[in-house]
Amino acid sequence: MQHKVIDAQDVVLRFAGDSGDGMQLVGTLFANTSALLGNSLSTFPDFPAEIRAPQGTVSGVSGFQVHIASSKITTPGDLCDLLVAMNPAALKTNAKFLKPTATVIVDEDMFTDQLLDKAGFKADENPFEALKIEDRVIVSAKITSLTLDSVAPFGMDRKAALKCKNMFALGMACFIYSRPLDYIESYLQSKFAKKHPEMIEPNKKVLFDGYNYASNIHAIANTYTVAPETDIPKGKYRNISGNQATAWGLIAASEKSGRPLFCGSYPITPATTILEELAIHKSLGVKTLQAEDEIAAICMAIGASYAGNLAVTTTSGPGLSLKSEALGLAVMAELPLVVIDVQRAGPSTGIPTKTEQTDLNQALYGRNGECPCVVMASHSPSQCFDAAFNAAKIALEHMTPVILLSEGFLGNGSEPWLIPSMKDYPTIQPPIAGIGELYSPYERDSHTLARKWAIAGTVGLEHRVGGLEKNPKGVISSDPDNHEKMVALRAEKVQRVAASIPELEVCGPKQGKLLLVGWGGTYGHLFSAWNELKDEGVAFAQFDYIMPLPKNAGEVLSSYDKILVCELNSGHFADYLKGRFDNLNIVKCNKVQGQPFAVSEIVAAARKAMEE
Amino acid sequence: MEYTFKDFKSDQQVRWCPGCGNHAILAALQRAMPEVCKGLSYDLETFVMVSGIGCSSRLPYYLNTFGFHGIHGRATAISTGIKVANPKLTVWQTSGDGDALAIGGNHFIHAIRRNIDINLLLFNNQIYGLTKGQYSPTSKRGTITKTSPYGTVEHPFNPGSLVIGAKGTFFARGLDVEMKLNEEIMIAAARHDGTSVCEMLTNCVIFNDGAHKNISDAATRADRVIVLRHGEKMIFGKNRDKGLVLDGLKLKVVTLGEDGITEDDILTHDAHSNNIGIHFMLAEMKYPDFPVALGVIRDVQDYTYDDGVRDQVEEVKAKSKITCVQDLLESGSVWEVK
Repeated sequence: MQHKVIDAQDVVLRFAGDSGDGMQLVGTLFANTSALLGNSLSTFPDFPAEIRAPQGTVSGVSGFQVHIASSKITTPGDLCDLLVAMNPAALKTNAKFLKPTATVIVDEDMFTDQLLDKAGFKADENPFEALKIEDRVIVSAKITSLTLDSVAPFGMDRKAALKCKNMFALGMACFIYSRPLDYIESYLQSKFAKKHPEMIEPNKKVLFDGYNYASNIHAIANTYTVAPETDIPKGKYRNISGNQATAWGLIAASEKSGRPLFCGSYPITPATTILEELAIHKSLGVKTLQAEDEIAAICMAIGASYAGNLAVTTTSGPGLSLKSEALGLAVMAELPLVVIDVQRAGPSTGIPTKTEQTDLNQALYGRNGECPCVVMASHSPSQCFDAAFNAAKIALEHMTPVILLSEGFLGNGSEPWLIPSMKDYPTIQPPIAGIGELYSPYERDSHTLARKWAIAGTVGLEHRVGGLEKNPKGVISSDPDNHEKMVALRAEKVQRVAASIPELEVCGPKQGKLLLVGWGGTYGHLFSAWNELKDEGVAFAQFDYIMPLPKNAGEVLSSYDKILVCELNSGHFADYLKGRFDNLNIVKCNKVQGQPFAVSEIVAAARKAMEE
Repeated sequence: MEYTFKDFKSDQQVRWCPGCGNHAILAALQRAMPEVCKGLSYDLETFVMVSGIGCSSRLPYYLNTFGFHGIHGRATAISTGIKVANPKLTVWQTSGDGDALAIGGNHFIHAIRRNIDINLLLFNNQIYGLTKGQYSPTSKRGTITKTSPYGTVEHPFNPGSLVIGAKGTFFARGLDVEMKLNEEIMIAAARHDGTSVCEMLTNCVIFNDGAHKNISDAATRADRVIVLRHGEKMIFGKNRDKGLVLDGLKLKVVTLGEDGITEDDILTHDAHSNNIGIHFMLAEMKYPDFPVALGVIRDVQDYTYDDGVRDQVEEVKAKSKITCVQDLLESGSVWEVK
């Protein structure tokens, strides 16, 4: 067979195996290696909620998709060029993601009658034919036995030896896509150096043996190179996940405001890694408190805010439900507070590890009484940094709770990031009352309507706040007119945040027949879809700010014949826009499967909307 | 600065019912606070009074300090956040028996477990007053209320047993009519580093009048309560002729002069002992078999949460190379596009 090296523009890989097979790790290592080579990239971890689901079953399959390219990409890709399937169940659940030209690497040792049966294949059935993928390039490698042979010289027990087999698969993938192994080697070195130095050499050996095996067999016809992205801005880059970027954005806001960062949180998938990340950075004065429950977490944050900290609580949908009453308290006490909701598939426990945008209505409306909060959204893993920074800035300067909606897809996903200079970020200036100042708790700034922040411990500013309705002097009041006035003031205060946020930007024509609209983590998919549609006169706008909307939102939306609102819920944002603007021709494009959109789905919906 | 009780009084009208036990506890608190300032060099602006929801939770409005009137059950979490955010503040909390032990039970035990330095006044009137008379987690079994018209079939919590059982570092018990003692307890609570729980037995004149009558009546009180002070003999009674001794593993009431019992045989109260056994037994004593224990029952030293958080931040700061956000952004695997 003639071996060719093909220069590819972009490729998508999917690693899939049992949830204990180390697929998330090999996917991450492949992504980081590619980032260091200068590729544009996007990743999508797709894993089950169980830590170790029953081996070999379809419910236990853990996948990691990585998209690398030589030009800017914004999604992890719809379909893959290479699938690594460590067992029949992984093959079965991922066959639907294969491109017609895809290559599939399987661990032949795992295709036993027993495991085929566990994955639901019939006896004597050819799994590739059953899945109708027999025309793909199938590379059947005895990964398990080759790994055991590879580590035989180290005399390890079988269990430890089998843990190395993900490195064999990774070595093969690195050969096919011409990835050097040095980054992975240094990772293995540092990961195992302290606790398991005996695992360093076996893992390295298996990695190299996998690489060499792929090179020696002749089943792999072509290898690929993916050139570095060329037209990217100069500077220092790093790879960053959404949750890490969120944590860092908060720390940046703490530095720029001079307010110490306090995070009270309770562990919940997929938000937990924000708390974990913050807990590391005590050197920057960060205080984290793992509370006894979600309610305690937000109440601790409210207390910390009263005492003058930049207060944050991080959670996911069920946690936001538990925090509702306390959010109302923060609205009433008019204290700065950032609530981050990394959304997951609901309702109730739902599908904890899968992504969705189904908490928008909860964020907007899920509280008792007239209870407006600022609601905003992050739109890509690295943009989570700016989103968290801006959320904190608004909370502090406008004296209001801000709900920042992220998504599992963003939190776990990662991409390269041009490291910004903190000099380019604005100072944050909360309206702090001075020592001994004549202070009235609910006196407001005439522009923002924000009240002043009288930090507990400041001489002469003793005052009382709480959940009871008060008059502007801070005295408890059940006067009907006062209540209505305070309700209106709290709502108006949130509306006035619109003066401090950027206007909505549109890609494509400023008016026309169709505007694609999204919010939050669907940005990458919508942007890619728009790229395919822009020659057909389609425009695109993504909302980062939902409550309040950007000032020009009405003007932008009314410039198009039709608006296709794409979201991973049953139409929360579309209905919200309908409730705010008359005479818009809004068409909904929804998906509620716990999975991100495929670009092709959006393109198809847009073309259909234009035809109708 | 030197203060008097007037400095701690706000201009708000106190809206508790006439005859409510809370008035006396508030007065004791306003007298204790200037003493706390004197002893611990605190200033008025460092006091923060936090509360939940209920009659007693209106208290922050009646003090001229920083105050936070929270939501039902969550005062302990709010107090925790305030103290961790600024350990220099002296954080007080008032919660009722429903607020602290029913809806806020989870936060209550976890504050004790963490030993966060707050002073928690637990107003125990064994009833829900603000919602107009339903049984609470401290109502005696059989109590007839609007939601238990045939008597409750639940066992009550004894707050002292909860605190000491959770290895709390400070527990004291006061009684609304014992003004001077209450003031003494509050000062001791303020001096204690860690979670100080002061159970304040208080009378609800409207919905549960006389709940503590058998120990609060002036005529019989001295024979039915014992005021414990560290280092003093456990002697009580109008004539100071009764005392507590250990009989095997149990406490026993004895009379001085009977059966050859002298003062030397009487137990000496050791509030600082780490052994929870005797403190637990003292907190559990009930009339008529025993006198009800008042005063500081337990007061021991242990690490506090707020100190732990602060010390850890300082330790990590001293060691870390990351001193600003720019350092953080450029840490780890970074590559340059030239």
